[in-house]
Amino acid sequence: MTETLRIKARLERAGFTLDVDTAFPLDGVTALFGRSGCGKTTLLRIIAGLEHPPGAELHFGDTAWQSGKTFVPLHRRRVGLVFQESTLLPHLSVRGNLLYGYKRTPEPLRRLHLDEVADLLGITELLGRRADQLSGGQRQRVALGRALLTSPDQLLLDEPLNALDTQTKREIMPFLARLSDKTGIPTLLVTHAPEEVERLAHRVAFMHDGQLERLEPLRDALARADSPLFRDEGAVSVLQGELGPADAHGLHPFGPPEARYRVPSTPGAANGAGRPARLRIDARDVSIALSPPQDVSILNIIPVTIESLDEAPGHHGPARVLAVCRQDDGQTLMAELTQLSTERLGLRPGIRVHALVKSIALLD
Amino acid sequence: MFELSPTDWMAIEVTLKLALYTTLILLVIATPIAWWLANGRAPGGVRTAVQALVALPLVLPPTVLGFYLLVLLGPAGPVGATLENLGLHHLAFTFEGILIASVIYSLPFAVQPLQQAFANLGRRPTEIAGSLGAGRMDRFFTVILPMSRGGFIVAATLAFAHTLGEFGVILMLGGAIPGETQVLSILIYDHAEAMDFASAHRLSLGLLIFAFAVLFIVYAINRRFDTVRL
Repeated sequence: MTETLRIKARLERAGFTLDVDTAFPLDGVTALFGRSGCGKTTLLRIIAGLEHPPGAELHFGDTAWQSGKTFVPLHRRRVGLVFQESTLLPHLSVRGNLLYGYKRTPEPLRRLHLDEVADLLGITELLGRRADQLSGGQRQRVALGRALLTSPDQLLLDEPLNALDTQTKREIMPFLARLSDKTGIPTLLVTHAPEEVERLAHRVAFMHDGQLERLEPLRDALARADSPLFRDEGAVSVLQGELGPADAHGLHPFGPPEARYRVPSTPGAANGAGRPARLRIDARDVSIALSPPQDVSILNIIPVTIESLDEAPGHHGPARVLAVCRQDDGQTLMAELTQLSTERLGLRPGIRVHALVKSIALLD
Repeated sequence: MFELSPTDWMAIEVTLKLALYTTLILLVIATPIAWWLANGRAPGGVRTAVQALVALPLVLPPTVLGFYLLVLLGPAGPVGATLENLGLHHLAFTFEGILIASVIYSLPFAVQPLQQAFANLGRRPTEIAGSLGAGRMDRFFTVILPMSRGGFIVAATLAFAHTLGEFGVILMLGGAIPGETQVLSILIYDHAEAMDFASAHRLSLGLLIFAFAVLFIVYAINRRFDTVRL
């Protein structure tokens, strides 16, 4: 059994009560997802030791961080913090910032070192620069590196991509995606962007009005029509699998033979063969056919079984139907259809159909 | 014409010593007060009361402050009497006495620029430094101090310059003992009272030029840091 970060806390503020009692497994990336004001940042601050609500109980594995009279201060908790806005110390160089925590980490605890972290984050060339000479994306990468160089037991990321433009976000995502796998440091990621959850998280904690409503694996969170992740932008499927080497047409096979996709390589992304990857498929880009069509341009036609038909989320116009389908490898694929097509094809749970996938985004 | 008498030199020495000690003591005292005012988590009422208390010397006539200090530190006052009982000397008409007065009198001039600098700084840099393993003192010297140096420079200058200009408090509490409590502003007053305008003028002009030069240099330095302005 993996160890957990156990937290039981109640904190009252004007017009807001945070009341949480849960345990986060200490491996991989756990996303704290919810709208602004739902208490996710406050929860993160309690875990960091920046808030000190009386009566709270906080245990990291076997270590009590807060319990009764015990309160381990921030600088003894060994957590790596990254906030959304730039927090580099302006009077230090990039190297000075990176080494600030490293120097204060006792030598036997240092697992990560400057060269490898700078390499992992692509900031080796920036080491001699001043902190105020960096772009927004570079600053966040240095902030991540600085946190990593304390070899923390836990990474706490508070909307680290929020202040960045879309282009820069895309530039940093791959680095973030690699972090937890490469370093093995459990990570809590506060975010309100479904895209970040789909791309980075292994499990999601949904927060609403100061309560933690549900903690579940990403796969499960993406397999139900009423997932809060779909509330604003509609349903998506995220498939996890292995990406193979490119064929003569420049297409990479993805996934096992019974649910095999062919994916064009994306410029900019690392396209190494035989590595784990995620595909993101918008439910609106998936159509359903009763028999495999021979004369369409669509490359990816996947046999699936319909599991359920629900009202599609994220719509305000005429009702649409979300077909939750099961691929033969067990993963979920969603298709968004009109009520008319559903009736015309006689779709119902349990029948075998073919999913026509029109467009795919390869996430790293 | 610029010959200074031994009394003049003594007054200059007392004045500079007083201003220097006051500044050093104030930097130590004002820093935690200013940090607490800028970032503390005390209830609003308590904070407002402390803020008002710190600002009092700005509005009170110096004679009021001097009068109460005289009562407090003099031989019959609670502090003075206690010192006497311990076999020490009371503090009225002593250098230590006017040093205490001067620290209180210049307190707002040190606290306010620091408070402004700390408010601009916010809590974030110290939170980050804490997460990187820095303890409280470590955070102060490696993050707060370098990031608020403009505020510290302004606070030190104002405290120093304001002490140079002290008159009423010292007149009440210190008298004019040469070499002990006779500072320049008092001596100038004494020269003028004695109709020795030439001596009064020499010292006045010197003080004027010195004060301007100090302020000019400091503001020139501070422009480079573009942090706190007054």
